[in-house]
Amino acid sequence: MSEFLLLAFLFLVGGVVAVPIATRLGLGSVLGYLLAGIALSPLLALLHVDVIAIQHFAEFGVVMMLFLVGLELQPQTLWAMRARLLGLGGLQVVLTTALLAAGMLALGQDWRIGVAVGLILSLSSTAIVLQTLSEKGLMRSDGGQASFSVLLFQDIAVIPMLALIPLLALPDLAGHGAGGHGGDAAHGSSLSLVEGLAGWQVALVTVTAIGLVIAGGMFLTRPAFRFIAAARLREIFVATALLFVIGIALLMTLVGLSPALGTFLAGVVLANSEYRHELESDIDPFRGLLLGLFFMTVGASIDFGLLAAETLPILGLALAVMAIKGGVLLLLARIFRLRGGDAWLLGLGLAQAGEFGFVLIAFAIGAAVLPPDIAPRLTLVVTLSMLLTPALFIAYDRLIRPRFDREEPREADAPEPGHVIIAGHGRFGGIVNRMLLAAGHETTVLDHSAAQLDLLRAFGVRAFYGDATRADLLEAAGIAEARLLVVAIDDPAQATALVRRIRHEHPRVHIVARARDRRHVYELYAAGAHDIIRETFDSSVRAGRSAYEALGMHPFEAERLARAFTTDDRRALAELAPLFDPDLPEQQNPAYRARARELMEAQTEALRHRGGSFRERSERGWTPPTPRDQDIAAESEG
Amino acid sequence: MARIIQYFAHPGVSASRINAALWRTTEGVDGITRVDLYAAYPRYDIDIDAEQQRLRDHDVIVLQFPLFWYSCPALVKEWIDLVWEHGFAYGQGGTALRGKTLLLAISAGGPQDAYRPDGYQHHDLRSFLTPFEQTARLSGMDFLPPYVLYGALRADPAAHATGFARLLAALRDDRLDRDAAMGLPILTHDTLPIAEA
Repeated sequence: MSEFLLLAFLFLVGGVVAVPIATRLGLGSVLGYLLAGIALSPLLALLHVDVIAIQHFAEFGVVMMLFLVGLELQPQTLWAMRARLLGLGGLQVVLTTALLAAGMLALGQDWRIGVAVGLILSLSSTAIVLQTLSEKGLMRSDGGQASFSVLLFQDIAVIPMLALIPLLALPDLAGHGAGGHGGDAAHGSSLSLVEGLAGWQVALVTVTAIGLVIAGGMFLTRPAFRFIAAARLREIFVATALLFVIGIALLMTLVGLSPALGTFLAGVVLANSEYRHELESDIDPFRGLLLGLFFMTVGASIDFGLLAAETLPILGLALAVMAIKGGVLLLLARIFRLRGGDAWLLGLGLAQAGEFGFVLIAFAIGAAVLPPDIAPRLTLVVTLSMLLTPALFIAYDRLIRPRFDREEPREADAPEPGHVIIAGHGRFGGIVNRMLLAAGHETTVLDHSAAQLDLLRAFGVRAFYGDATRADLLEAAGIAEARLLVVAIDDPAQATALVRRIRHEHPRVHIVARARDRRHVYELYAAGAHDIIRETFDSSVRAGRSAYEALGMHPFEAERLARAFTTDDRRALAELAPLFDPDLPEQQNPAYRARARELMEAQTEALRHRGGSFRERSERGWTPPTPRDQDIAAESEG
Repeated sequence: MARIIQYFAHPGVSASRINAALWRTTEGVDGITRVDLYAAYPRYDIDIDAEQQRLRDHDVIVLQFPLFWYSCPALVKEWIDLVWEHGFAYGQGGTALRGKTLLLAISAGGPQDAYRPDGYQHHDLRSFLTPFEQTARLSGMDFLPPYVLYGALRADPAAHATGFARLLAALRDDRLDRDAAMGLPILTHDTLPIAEA
C-alpha cells in the first residue's frame, strides 16, 4: 500500500511541478511530462520500479483518447474522411516502411529486420500528437484533420502488422525468442477468445464483436444511460462511462482487435447521442491523467547508460528517422493538396515514432524478429523522436505558422457562426430555443431531465444530458467557441454562479440570463450577465395590460401604459443596481434602502395623483395644442 | 347599396373630442363596417391578408383621422404601406381597389383662413392631402373631396358628427350627388350635396 502511495505521489508531484512550468514557457504539456519522467527516472531506478509495466497500464489513456476523438466525429464526417484515411494514411505507412527498410539494408542489416524496423517506426505517436493538437486548438484545421486521418489509419494498421511480423522471423533467432506475445496492454492479451480457432471462425468472431459494439452503441446505451441518469448520482454515471470504455476495450482485446479502434468506433456511434457531452466530460480527466502518466513513463524509461555510450549514432538515427518520416509526409501533403501551413503541421507533427512502436518492439523480440542488440537501441530511437516532437511543434508555432498566418487570412480558426448554448430547457429555455431555431440558429441544449430530453430528441432538438452548471460539461458543449449562452436554469444561486464563472473564463461569450426576481437581477448584474430577464415580469405586465383592456381602456392606451410601466420599473431597477451589494442582505445596505424608499414613495405619490408618473409620460404623445397656441401661431405670421 | 368601411385612427382617444364624437356617432349608422385601427393593432402587427380581404369586400373606404403635422397618424401610414402593396393596390395584377372610392374625414386644428396662400399654413388643405389623392389615383379609385372640420380645437363636434353620419348613410344608399360633390374643394356638414330620401 505504502509503495503504491509513494509511486502515485512521485508521479503526481512530477506532473504537477513540471507541466505548469512547461506550459508557462510555451513548451506544451507533453514536453513537461516527458521532462518530469526523465527527472524521476533515477528515483524510480533506485526503487526498482517496473516502469514498462506502468507504461502498459498508462497506455489505456490512448484508448480513452480515441474514444473521445470518436465522440467528436459524426459517422458522416468519418465517411467523408475515407479518401484521406486510406490514401494519405496507407501511403504514409507503406512509403515510410519501404524507405526505412531500404535504409536498414544500406546499413547492412537483413531485409527482414529492415521491414520490421520500418513497420515499427512508421507509426507515429497518437498520444503526443492529439494531445498537442487539441491543446493548441489545431484539431479542426486542415492539417489537424489530415494528421488525425493518418494516426487513425496507423492505429488500424497495427492489427495486420501484428499478424505480419511473425512471418519475418529470423531462423537463427528462433531459439532465443521467448515465443508468444510480448506484454501488451494496448494490443493482444494473454486471454483470448480466438486462440485455436480456424481462420474463418476468427473472422466471424471479429465481425460479431465489432457488430456488437456498433449495435450496442446504437440501441443499448440510450436506455442504459437514461436509467443511470435517472438516479441523479454523478459518480454512478462516471462509473458507467468507465465501465463502458473498459468493457469495449476488453472485448476487443479478447478477439485480438485493437481496443483503441473498438472504443473509437463506439465513440463514433455515440457522437449523435444526447449523453455525448456528459461522457466526454466524465472520461476526459481519466484520459488526461493516464496520458500524463504515459508520457512520464516514456521519459523515465530512457536507458541513459546506453544513450551515453552511443550518443551520436543513436541521436543521428533518431534524426534520420524523423527526417525520412517528415519528408514522406511533406511529399504526401503536396499530393493531397494541403496548403502551406497545414502541410508543415502534418510533416513536423507526425515525424516521430510512437507508443505503438514500443508494443511492436516487444512483440517482435518475442516473435524472434529483432535481435536483442537492436531492440534497446530501437527503443531509444523511438523515445528520442518522441522527446524531440514538442520541439518540432514549437518550431511550427514560432517559425512556420506566423509566416502562413500573414500570407493568407485563415478561415479554420474563425469562430463558429452563431453557435448558441442553452443551459436548461424547461418552460423558459424551451421557448428561447424554439425562437432561435426558428430564426435558423444552431443551438445546443443542456438539461438534466432525461424525460425532457427524450421529448426534445423526438422533435429533433440537439439536446444533451447533463448538469449545465458544471464547467466541464459546458466546455465539452463548446462554450469556448460559442457566441451566446442562455442561462435558463431554475436554481437562482446556481445560475448566478454559472454566469460569474463563464464571464471570468470566457469573457467573449454574450450571456442572456433568466432572473427569478429583483434580488436575483442584482446578483446576475454583479456576476456580469449582459441581458437579464425577469422570468415572470413580461407576462405579468401583459396580464396587467389585459386587465386594463377588460376594464374598458382603449387597447392602444393600455399598450402605451404597459410600456410606460415597464420603462419606469426598469429604470428604478437600474437605479438601484449599483447600490446593491450581493454580499449584503438588502436590509443591511443603508444606501440601497434609502433609495428604494425614495423611489417607492415617488411612485405611490404619483399613483395617488391619478395614473402615476408613468401615465403622465405615456400621455405626452398626441396631445392637441390649446386654442391659445393657435392664436400665437397666427399672430406670429401677422 | 354600397358597402362602406370606416377606418377610425386616433392614437390618443382619451384626449380626442372631435374624432371620438364622430366614432361614437357612426355607431348608429346601420349596414357599415367600422374599424378602430389603433384598437385593432395596438402593437402595429397589422394582419395584411385580413386587411386586404376587408378592402376587397367594400366599395367605399373611409379614413377618419386628425391631421397631425399635415399628414395622418403613424399607424395609418403603416397600414397603407403594408396593406396597399404591389400586386394588390397597384403594379402588375394590382387591381383589387379599381373602381372603389376613397373618402378622407379630417379634423384640422387651424381655422379655415389659415389654409390659404396668405394664411399661416401657406397652402390650402387639399395640397397637404395630395399624397392620399395620388394613392387613390394610382390604385384606380375615385377620390372624393375630404369631409373636413376646420378649427377643431374650438368647434362644437355635434353638427360635424351628425353630418358625418348623414354622409356615410348617403354613400351607403347611393344618395350622394357625386358630380356635385366632385365640384367642391372640400365637404363640410352644411354643404353636403345629398338627395334626401
